[in-house]
Amino acid sequence: MNIFKKTILTVLASLLLIGNVFADKIKIGTEGAYPPWNSKDASGALIGFEVELANELCVIMGHECTIVEQDWDGMIPALLMRKFDAIMAGMSITAERQKTITFSQGYADEVAALAVMKGSSLEGMKTPAGIGLSSPNGDAKKALKTIKAALAGKTVCTQTGTIHQNFLESGDVGKVNVRTYKTQDEVNLDLVAGRCDVALAAAVAFTDYAEKSGKSVVLVGPTFSGGDFGNGVGVGMRQGGVDTIGKRDAQLLKDFNKAINTARKQGIISKLAIKHFGFDASM
Amino acid sequence: MDLGLMYASLPKLLSATIITLKLLLLSLFFGLIIGLLFAILRLNKNPIISKFAYGYSYVFRGTPLLVQIFIIYFGLGQIEYFRSTVLWIIFKEPYWCATIAFALNTGAYTSEILRSAFETIKPGIIEAGKSLGVSNKIIFYKIQIPVAIRQSLPAYGNEIILMMKGTSLASTVTLMDITGVAKHIVSTTYKPLEIFFMAGGIYLFMTFIIHNLIKYLEKRFNYQQ
Repeated sequence: MNIFKKTILTVLASLLLIGNVFADKIKIGTEGAYPPWNSKDASGALIGFEVELANELCVIMGHECTIVEQDWDGMIPALLMRKFDAIMAGMSITAERQKTITFSQGYADEVAALAVMKGSSLEGMKTPAGIGLSSPNGDAKKALKTIKAALAGKTVCTQTGTIHQNFLESGDVGKVNVRTYKTQDEVNLDLVAGRCDVALAAAVAFTDYAEKSGKSVVLVGPTFSGGDFGNGVGVGMRQGGVDTIGKRDAQLLKDFNKAINTARKQGIISKLAIKHFGFDASM
Repeated sequence: MDLGLMYASLPKLLSATIITLKLLLLSLFFGLIIGLLFAILRLNKNPIISKFAYGYSYVFRGTPLLVQIFIIYFGLGQIEYFRSTVLWIIFKEPYWCATIAFALNTGAYTSEILRSAFETIKPGIIEAGKSLGVSNKIIFYKIQIPVAIRQSLPAYGNEIILMMKGTSLASTVTLMDITGVAKHIVSTTYKPLEIFFMAGGIYLFMTFIIHNLIKYLEKRFNYQQ
């Protein structure tokens, strides 16, 4: 056997060994484009509420973790393809998603809201401050009617594959002209450019953008929760199975649930939420 | 493989094919006009005019189509002054932004294809026309253009296929073409393999049609045989 062959075999063997060593390292996928939930700083490093929370949870679980970036529209497929083991990307727990993946208990509350540019005709919409859609009461139904009338003929922009898109296409606010974007950033850009009459996303995504960009983006109408908007944000994971990886996934889910309990009790989630959202969104 | 889902996605993808075809035909139409114009400018004896035409083709062939479409769609939209001009009526619409980007891009490639076609015309043919007393104008329209079209057909056929595939970038500016609809279906079914397989199949079928159409035209225009 010549030296060349030996070298190749050694490299291959060491690669296999490395693979084994890292097998118990957990990979967490995040979008890195949905501030203040998760985003990137100028140097390209992942930052935000969920990045810090993920690191805290990993310390509590005693797992070594790496956080990897994944475009939002490929998030769930990438999880299913085992590119990473868990999603922490401002992903709301919804029945629709639970058909494909499973979630840990929720760690933070997320309410959605409509946003327009200052001076829009939609400003001053008369609705309650917030409506729940799990079992909408009279006020919520009235508010939906008001919104339906206000959105008629308007271009409503939102990110692809989100609860917000599902809601707009559900018919709850009539048939609206929905335009979808790959990232929230692009939604913000087109809202400012005037291509969107109104946009729908997590309320904090707009307030954060308005604050950082100085653009006069304002929230209108009620905040939305429940129903299509899900029940808080949790860690998205593969549904456990009977094979080795399936068992490992099921165990990891238990670990995450326990760690979230601990982090909640120790006030870690509240502290991080206040730091990034300006209010306590923990749950 | 979820065959049921693949079958169920077909009607949606096929109706999106109309948008893809519309984008393709419009950009090819404008691109051909732009291409012909710039090919003629390239052959102009005035160095400033020919350099200008060269610059246009250099810029649009030297930058990615995705970057061009982003500059035209997101970039121009950021300029407040631009939004106050009449042009904004056109540039406000993603459909027209995509068409303009595609037309400018394919126009640059078309101009190169046509230029080299014009340059390969044997001077003898033109001289033969001149010696028969045919006017320059008629030589250009009746000899140079038809010969150039025949010369450029194989390369132009490639450009049509490249452009057809390029239209998939329209989905990045919110248009619901084949790729846009495919992404939309994936975002609710989380089955990228099945859906993109179907989308790829439709693109492949369109390539098949275009390829054969060009082959037919090549045969028809081949007077030499």
